[in-house]
Amino acid sequence: MSTNNSEIRYLTPPSVEVKKKKYCRFEKSGIKYIDYKDPEFLKKFLNEQGKILPRRLTGTSLKYQRKVAQAVKRARHLALLPYVTDMMK
Amino acid sequence: MLKNYETVFILTPVLSDAQMKETVAKFKDLLVKEGAEIVNEENWGLKKMAYPIGKKSTGFYSLLQFNAEPTVVAKLETQYRRDERVIRFLTFALDKYAAEYAAKRKSVKSTKEVVKES
Repeated sequence: MSTNNSEIRYLTPPSVEVKKKKYCRFEKSGIKYIDYKDPEFLKKFLNEQGKILPRRLTGTSLKYQRKVAQAVKRARHLALLPYVTDMMK
Repeated sequence: MLKNYETVFILTPVLSDAQMKETVAKFKDLLVKEGAEIVNEENWGLKKMAYPIGKKSTGFYSLLQFNAEPTVVAKLETQYRRDERVIRFLTFALDKYAAEYAAKRKSVKSTKEVVKES
């Protein structure tokens, strides 16, 4: 019985997700201040519903993630960004 | 001790152009009267808002960057709350990097305007 489970043939080889080294784009490009006034730039950090993407997806460091969150909340207050929407991009 | 602040406020679109200029001027000279020094002023004009505020989906945005004593901000905000033409406002203190960014943005904008005029 144990022999044939080593011979299990998968139809498609299990693709091992190659681990892409995430980096914080702010440290790399040296941006120090995230402006809440241009929504286009902030949209990169929001998903379709307009929610802020977590750090594990965007890879930003904690310091800049807080600045992004602060900027997004200010933009939402000034109606430059919606609080919730269905099709944002 | 003068700190630098940036304030953005939205006016209802129902106003005529003259009223809008007059309201913006009202806040500006209120600041000057309080001894603030206006560094930069931008009017983004009528913009469509991401969600309707007070049943209106467009608003007249304008931005004021100034250096002032911390006590001035409280006075400014009471004026905002009293004035019913202002439907939303945001005031915050600029830290070191924000001030640099604002200065750079002002120089870029002025060069753009010069290009437009010439």
